[in-house]
Amino acid sequence: MRTSFTGIDPNQPALPVVDAIVVGASAGGVEALLTIFRRLPRGFGLPILTVLHLPDERRSHLAEVFRSHLAIPVKEADDKETIAPGTLYFAAPGYHLSVESDFSLSLSQEERVFHSRPSVDILFESAADAYDARLAGVLLTGANNDGARGMARIKEFGGLTVVQDPAQALARTMPEAALALHTPDFLLPLPDIGLLLVELERIAC
Amino acid sequence: MSHERNADIELRLLIEAIYLKYSYDFRDYSGASVKRRVAHALRQFELKTISALQERVLHDPSAFMQLLQFLTIPVSEMFRDPSHFLAIRQEVVPLLKTYPSLKIWIAGCSTGEEVYSMAILLREEGLLERAIIYATDINPSSLEKAKQGIFSMDSIPGYNTNYLKAGGKRQFSDYYTAAYDYAIFDKTLRENVTFADHSLATDSVFSETQLISCRNVLIYFNKKLQDRAFGLFHDSLCHRGFLVLGSKETLDFSGYKDQFEPLVKQERIYRKS
Repeated sequence: MRTSFTGIDPNQPALPVVDAIVVGASAGGVEALLTIFRRLPRGFGLPILTVLHLPDERRSHLAEVFRSHLAIPVKEADDKETIAPGTLYFAAPGYHLSVESDFSLSLSQEERVFHSRPSVDILFESAADAYDARLAGVLLTGANNDGARGMARIKEFGGLTVVQDPAQALARTMPEAALALHTPDFLLPLPDIGLLLVELERIAC
Repeated sequence: MSHERNADIELRLLIEAIYLKYSYDFRDYSGASVKRRVAHALRQFELKTISALQERVLHDPSAFMQLLQFLTIPVSEMFRDPSHFLAIRQEVVPLLKTYPSLKIWIAGCSTGEEVYSMAILLREEGLLERAIIYATDINPSSLEKAKQGIFSMDSIPGYNTNYLKAGGKRQFSDYYTAAYDYAIFDKTLRENVTFADHSLATDSVFSETQLISCRNVLIYFNKKLQDRAFGLFHDSLCHRGFLVLGSKETLDFSGYKDQFEPLVKQERIYRKS
């Protein structure tokens, strides 16, 4: 497990090639996501799928809020939409978001997971199924246990896992629950996670 | 060697077996959700592999009926997305009032929440008495619950809030009798409701209708099956009939996009063009 990332280091093992990044966050997540995604330059080529727990209000303004702060295209995920490169998708409130085997997105209203819909586990597990090893999972601040199982699944299928250092997270329960289930490839502070995503994109695209 | 995982192979075989044996067709459902439902069923049946589940349901019809309860997703509420029902009241009802009689199809009605919501709305608008409502689903247990019209008292406060936001004109409590932990809904609401077994995947159109409500059903279908359902709706609806969908369902990615026009796009209310 590496605990810092400041750029490519020839003494460290090479980063894998991934086709997509999935991100999960809960309490304190808006600021954490902004810190990371602000690092992503215009023309960033990897798709990013994000679940952020929010109160169950039917119309969310997440996509609009992030769009105004970021250089990459941002949208709320639609049912049956094909995943486009370089786009940041947010799961809609009240619906689980899944990746299908043909790399399209699907929504569902199955039971809540850890009181949450959308659930990080559901996104991560379905994405691991679809992308196999070519997936990076990032789990950030949060006050419940959602996402831990999904991270373990990504790792089990050979993907790359990144957990925010709980010591620096606004709410440490979510990253700690992930650490209890598996040892991630990276345990990082937010600025390093941003850099890592930039580097993963450079390798992949 | 194939790169497909064992569980994926087993899942395809199970779905095929269910179709061959029981004629329930889940082959064009969204895969990720079906996979989770089956994984959940495995835990409930305390079985290790999907192959073992396949053997069980092939040889035991009652086990299949149990599995069906896991495969269908009975998550619903009354006046779900209140603004949707408000828009029906404001934009659709005035047009419905021009018809001397109405046929309404609630497709995939599950345990009946959408049916009672629609019936209450129609009664308050003076339309229920001239309407026939067809409420259909593939799950016989869900249909039976829908027919009973008995819901947990725990869900009533949420439904009441929704009802008021949806432009409800009376007291929500006018429509049910509380009995211990249950709310028993007024049976006159379902006097004109016909509950029937119908599959959007395998059955055909059974009546001409003026309005079809199919909410949070199509998200469980792949594009091909969604288009089949849209085709049925198109064939069933009268000229300028109404189609209303769930808050995240859309005709935008469908081959039927041009056969309908949005009436209130935000609320997923469409009209046959």
